[in-house]
Amino acid sequence: MKRAVAALAAALLCASGASGGAPPHVDQALIDGDATPPKLSAFGLFAANDPARPVASFAYTLETPLFSDYAEKHRFVSIPAGQKAKVRADGTIDFPVGTVIVKSFGWPDWNGGRPVETRLLIHRAKGWVALPYIWDADGKDASLAIAGRRVPVTFKSPDGEAHSIRYGVPNRNQCKECHNLAGTIEPIGPKARNLVLPTAMTDDAKHLYFDNPEALQPVMPRWDDPTSGTVQDRARAYLDANCAHCHNPQGSASNSGLFLRWTDPVGVNYGIGKRPTAAGRGSGGMDFAIQPGDPDHSFLIYRLESLDPGIAMPELGRSTVHKEGAALLRQWISEMPKGE
Amino acid sequence: MRFHGFRYAATLALVAAFIASPAAAKTISVSADTPDANEKLQEALILAEPGDTVELGAGVWKLTDGLSLDVDNVTVRGAGTKDGEGSILDFSGQQGAGEGLLVTSDDVFLTNFAVLNTRGDGIKSKGADRIVYHELRVEWTGGPKATNGAYGVYPVESSDVLIDSVYVRGASDAGIYVGQSRNIVVRDSIATENVAGIEIENSFDADVHDNIATKNTGGILVFDLPNLPQQGGHNVRVFENIVSDNSTPNFAPKGNIVASVPTGTGVLVMANTHVEVFGNAFDQNGTANVMIVGYRYDQKDPKYQPLPKAIVVRDNQHGKAGYAPAFAGGAEIAAALGGAIPPILWDGAGDAVVLDKVGVLSLGLPDVTTPQSEAKPAPADLSKGTPPAPLPGITLPEAMEAKVQ
Repeated sequence: MKRAVAALAAALLCASGASGGAPPHVDQALIDGDATPPKLSAFGLFAANDPARPVASFAYTLETPLFSDYAEKHRFVSIPAGQKAKVRADGTIDFPVGTVIVKSFGWPDWNGGRPVETRLLIHRAKGWVALPYIWDADGKDASLAIAGRRVPVTFKSPDGEAHSIRYGVPNRNQCKECHNLAGTIEPIGPKARNLVLPTAMTDDAKHLYFDNPEALQPVMPRWDDPTSGTVQDRARAYLDANCAHCHNPQGSASNSGLFLRWTDPVGVNYGIGKRPTAAGRGSGGMDFAIQPGDPDHSFLIYRLESLDPGIAMPELGRSTVHKEGAALLRQWISEMPKGE
Repeated sequence: MRFHGFRYAATLALVAAFIASPAAAKTISVSADTPDANEKLQEALILAEPGDTVELGAGVWKLTDGLSLDVDNVTVRGAGTKDGEGSILDFSGQQGAGEGLLVTSDDVFLTNFAVLNTRGDGIKSKGADRIVYHELRVEWTGGPKATNGAYGVYPVESSDVLIDSVYVRGASDAGIYVGQSRNIVVRDSIATENVAGIEIENSFDADVHDNIATKNTGGILVFDLPNLPQQGGHNVRVFENIVSDNSTPNFAPKGNIVASVPTGTGVLVMANTHVEVFGNAFDQNGTANVMIVGYRYDQKDPKYQPLPKAIVVRDNQHGKAGYAPAFAGGAEIAAALGGAIPPILWDGAGDAVVLDKVGVLSLGLPDVTTPQSEAKPAPADLSKGTPPAPLPGITLPEAMEAKVQ
């Protein structure tokens, strides 16, 4: 956790600086070009190439994040000097060309808390490009892993259970599978409804990077904080963050007809009384994705609690069961009136 | 199998045109015999550029993760589909991804390799227009098992789909499944020991011909389901197929629509408009050679059309059928009729014209909300209606046909 705090502090230092834009040692020409450098250090996104010292415009967190095998994620954004992001009417964010969104994944009790991988989402003139980098054994740099890789890691989840998994670093296509919106790559997490800026970030700093920072209103609750929303709203936030990047009419699971965005109505197409479409073994012998009042006969739960690739949802990025997330969804379904 | 001479002639000129064009395309060869073959192959599929061929070396590829292709106009070519000489992608040890190979780009040509024992689907293509599946084998080598993946080859949300000379065995849903697509040809393929051999679902404009669908639970299905982005399935021709001995007990996981397909079904048409079933050779389908039904589950989708409409059945050969009807009350009806029901079964919903000189049994359930327990089975004469004008048949872009010549 110390490293997390350090990273945040470093990011805040950058964010509160009044110089505008990212410091000069981010290689903006490389970011703007077509190259996919084999080493992460080439971009200059970390001071002294130390993952705990991001060269950030600002760091951010999410109200409700995607579960990734209990990995701790550190996110920051680098926006080119003099440019600003704009919050669109639908709550998505229009980041200027030259923006890099950086996300590092690690576990506090694995390898001294150093990240296993760092993913970049780079906004180039032709569109967003996703690049996965895996940190080298000596921790001094990270190497491009365009085809992804499985990395053995060991860690404890918050309930104290020990896990030894072959953590899947996604390949470039898999990055797109989740980030796909109507065939192009788009950021997922940073949306007005979910994005949280550091509390210490001043209004001036916000205006430095956003045209209209007042539009950043995270209306989604925190999935694991009962004071932040009802069980249903927290379940909906969880489904939005964990499922809706594919389960929307323009996403990779568009053909399923199961749409789980925060803004989707909670009806048949949200899974309530919805029969399987192409679930195969994912149906678990059940008739409906969600059977109100009966989580044990809701195959949405069955798929979230499975690790079998022919059954498990999400299809990518999960080699452990998120017990706490599944428990929330179980509670939500249990509390639904039967026959709804 | 009929020889497609027409196609051949039509594409000769095109082949000549290709030869004349500048060839910048390259071939990326990948070997099965490296320890990191999975990563190397995936890398090749990512780094390929339009026009390139990714060549899969002969041998058995032990793959732990699903593969994916997202580059337009790439050919993935193996050394063959047979054990011992071909390119065999073995997913028995698969740890991730919902399918063996996922294609999400246009104009892709998949040919001459085998995909075995995936945990989920075999080969899926989504939003992949003008895809060609050719000379492929997708198989769960343990035969029919509920633990097998759902679909063998699985194009969905695509325009212009060609599935030619593909063999699929053991899918716990459909061997060859085309969903929410349009302009589709499935031909010269073999589907055996799947729950559904070939299934066209929520799709428009399809020709399914010159295939062999045998030893499945149901041979060839034409379905439409509610609550999906594309529905209103129509204009499907099922012709000149061999549909025989579809006798494998249904092994689909319950809940899936195919779990309701009675063992011994030849062709099953559900909730589609204008489907022509002609020139097929049916034999040894214990429930029925042809079933025509509405969608009889509860549903409240105002845009959904649950009836079979304008279905035409003509010029088929009917071998033995109806001797083991595997639906509720089927055995009793068969007993009352002297041991077998007629080869064509209709639930009584929607409309159909049957010109084959065989009997039709109606269950007398014109309203799809009436439970099947209230069936009033009786012979029906469907030969008097006027069939709609014949469908024109599917023409695919010539560049697709050229790939398989």
